[in-house]
Amino acid sequence: MTEHFLAARINVREQPEDWRRFGERYGVQWTPTILILDPSGTERHRIEGFLPADDFLAQLALGLAHSAFARQQFGEAERRFREVVERFPDSDAAPEALYWAGVARYKATNDASALEQTAQAFAQRYQDSAWAKKASVWRKQQASGVGDHARV
Amino acid sequence: MAIAWRRDVDAVLSEAKAQGRHVLLDFSAAPM
Repeated sequence: MTEHFLAARINVREQPEDWRRFGERYGVQWTPTILILDPSGTERHRIEGFLPADDFLAQLALGLAHSAFARQQFGEAERRFREVVERFPDSDAAPEALYWAGVARYKATNDASALEQTAQAFAQRYQDSAWAKKASVWRKQQASGVGDHARV
Repeated sequence: MAIAWRRDVDAVLSEAKAQGRHVLLDFSAAPM
């Protein structure tokens, strides 16, 4: 996972000028904060607070997926979101990734059944997650159209 | 999990742009 990244660290005590400059640029308020930036330097994902190794790796994978989504590379985004669910099924990142995998497929295909299938998937796992609640609205989507979730 | 953290942030950002790679930017208070 880490081979996808170049990595830089700013220490608040030892690099006060970098801390001020980049902290202001990205609105950082707390340590540790780790940002995932795309190649243009645009923030695509943020990790605030300590995480154990597996959860940290899951967040990195989630960040790459969000980056692909934000750049409208929806096929790659779906693949990466599903990879998070498969590789880190017990992480907090997994239900978020399952949700966005469905959104990415919908954005790629304009087929609302992708959202319904995602809602059905949440009936099988992560039922108590906030993402399952968000996906629950999709259970009726095929009958009534996508409403507020229309393509943007 | 070995991450090669660097301190030259501007250089990392420039290299990432040239190489089309993502960047991890860590704001830390831990001793380096």
